[in-house]
Amino acid sequence: MRKLLIGNEAISRGLYEGGLAVVSSYPGTPSTEITEYLSKYDDIYSEWAPNEKVACEVAFGASLGGVRSACAMKHVGLNVAADPLFTLSYTGVNGGMVICVADDPAMHSSQNEQDSRHYAIASKVPMLEPADSQEAYLFAKTAFELSERFDTPVILRTCTRIAHSQSIVEIGERVEVARKPYVKTPEKYVMMPGNAKRRHPIVEARTEAIREYASDCIYNRVEIGDTRIGIITSGASYQYVKEVFGDSVSVLKLGMVNPLPDTLIRDFASKVDTLYIIEELDPIIETHVKNMGIECIGKEKFSLIGEFNQHTIAEAFGIELPKYLVPAEDEVVPVRPPVMCAGCPHRGIFYVLHKLKLNVLGDIGCYTLGAQAPLSAVDSTLCMGASVSGLHGFNKAIGRDAEQKSVAVIGDSTFMHSGVTGLIDIAYNESCSTVIVLDNSITGMTGHQQNPTTGYNIKGDPASKVDLEALCRAVGIDRVRVVDPYDLKSCEEVIREELSVDRPSVIISRRPCVLLKSVKPKPSLRVDKDKCKSCKKCMGLGCPAISLKDNKAVIDTTLCVGCGVCEGLCPFGAIE
Amino acid sequence: MNTTNIMIVGVGGQGSLLASKLLGNLLVGEGYDVKVSEVHGMSQRGGSVVTYVKYGDKVYSPIIAEGEADYIVSFEKIESARWMSCLKPNGKIIVNTQQIDPMPVITGKATYPSEVLDALVRDGVDVDSLDALSVAEQAGSSKAVNIVLMSRLAKYLDIPYDKWIDAIKSTVNAKFIELNLKAFETGYNL
Repeated sequence: MRKLLIGNEAISRGLYEGGLAVVSSYPGTPSTEITEYLSKYDDIYSEWAPNEKVACEVAFGASLGGVRSACAMKHVGLNVAADPLFTLSYTGVNGGMVICVADDPAMHSSQNEQDSRHYAIASKVPMLEPADSQEAYLFAKTAFELSERFDTPVILRTCTRIAHSQSIVEIGERVEVARKPYVKTPEKYVMMPGNAKRRHPIVEARTEAIREYASDCIYNRVEIGDTRIGIITSGASYQYVKEVFGDSVSVLKLGMVNPLPDTLIRDFASKVDTLYIIEELDPIIETHVKNMGIECIGKEKFSLIGEFNQHTIAEAFGIELPKYLVPAEDEVVPVRPPVMCAGCPHRGIFYVLHKLKLNVLGDIGCYTLGAQAPLSAVDSTLCMGASVSGLHGFNKAIGRDAEQKSVAVIGDSTFMHSGVTGLIDIAYNESCSTVIVLDNSITGMTGHQQNPTTGYNIKGDPASKVDLEALCRAVGIDRVRVVDPYDLKSCEEVIREELSVDRPSVIISRRPCVLLKSVKPKPSLRVDKDKCKSCKKCMGLGCPAISLKDNKAVIDTTLCVGCGVCEGLCPFGAIE
Repeated sequence: MNTTNIMIVGVGGQGSLLASKLLGNLLVGEGYDVKVSEVHGMSQRGGSVVTYVKYGDKVYSPIIAEGEADYIVSFEKIESARWMSCLKPNGKIIVNTQQIDPMPVITGKATYPSEVLDALVRDGVDVDSLDALSVAEQAGSSKAVNIVLMSRLAKYLDIPYDKWIDAIKSTVNAKFIELNLKAFETGYNL
């Protein structure tokens, strides 16, 4: 059956057909839909784990137990899962195991643009990279066989343009795979020095065996055209190359990007006059080819930064680009940055933090938007959980003065992911830090996934629910306060109080995301024009529903959900 | 490569996802090779969003770069100007005249260029503008703006009317088929 699928759905279909039995993931753009689609199959087990390390270890355990397993994450998630990954390379697998990782060149929704291929090289694990949805499906489906044949986890890498592009897939049927028996083999799975020393040479030999295999496998192919130009490429870059050249040049299209197929590369290079390596982000293939002693042109023509498109390639080869219309100079289109939604429960907290001029160590989630004008309330955003541990370090460096003027803000899902360990540090090593947990009862930014604090599992069925207050108390925080972020007065009061006491504290700002179906919007508010004195105080909220018309505030009734935050703020009672 | 390239641009939350899904299903049904590409995540929170739809005998790149779009369907007025450089010099912009203020306009840091469509015409762009929001409301729901805009695109593409109707029936939620068919019909017969 021919279907138009995004790369992520194609991967989920491939994994499913390939006999997947257990999948555990943590959401992260652009990888999230892989697991969301998998959760729709009732004959496999799927879950959201608290973080990528846990997810990867769950997949390991399932593999150890003899079934085919997978986990999925975004590129930075692989940093979190790197610890199990590196040693999984030594243990190998029982049931086949696939680690899906989605890179985000151009950082459409990420904090850096790291290249996951480094991980495949560093951990000595094979990596597949599809160039469209059909390949995503096929590579995912066959990755289990590769994994079991060579006794290794396999990484399936995509980038945003593959993960989130739809193309046509010919889907097939699921292969039913019997669970392999679990036989205790401590010499393979107990990685203490004695055993690990015996495993390492096996890993090195495996890499060479896969390298040999890679020169004649379904993943890599040569497309011979004019041999004056030869291009080695993979993934999305392959599509840009083909868009520019069609079948007119020679291409070595790599679907396995680690280990690289020396024989195939050497053979291809010998057939072409000039060899180009076209790859987004880092010069992984290029460095390898140069180390083989083969001359090639790579990063001197193609950037290390951002994503490519067909024009990047055409320009580098001196091919004329299409003409296009340019706006006259006086036509300026204002930028349209993402904003917190009307009625977003995060807004009230950031308004207060901005008003109190506090130092705010931020975290990863929708609330990163608290850094944008007019709230402009975030001082730092590093990685998942860094708000909490970062605040502890900040306070240790500066002392009491910082403790009274600084907070960490972190969402419920991010707090579960890796915020609670920082909080344990605060309690254990005693800084009088104030941590604000923005509990909106969902993982918001990635599109509403359940997490351990929501009380529901991936299928939406009732599940055990972490009691945030009890958790904070259990790690040694006695001062745990709960506020409603729609109530600005009490938010300000509680934040001031907790900053002034010389004890660590947690403030839980609790109000569900307004986009949740369970949250029913209230009637829209309106502005009484006569009462509005144009003080523009409400404009400081950065609510997309409020704008100025003839210098008076007006509320867009289609956007307003009646949260009432602006109503409480207006000194003249003009909003009702 | 000889493909037809359509961009759907707008503001996060405007329902461009359904429009691209409809187009995708329609074009696959017509036997074309098709790629539909969009970016999810941060930009969807009220930010500027873009979807690329490309079809033909064979589609390679999922991206539409400068000077490559045959059609830009803009769900919001100034978004048409933001993406105009992607248009082929003889391409066409279909634009909904609805105005959604971006945050810099809301906070007073920038002004909304309300004469933007006149400027596009002055710059030499072939602009087809309509108040799709009113048409959608007239058909029964403001949410059908996406279908109204697709009905305008349908007038330019070489695909039979009936095929659009079939694609709507197979794409949208059963509950909303009637509404969307009415929106399509109303828009098409403007």
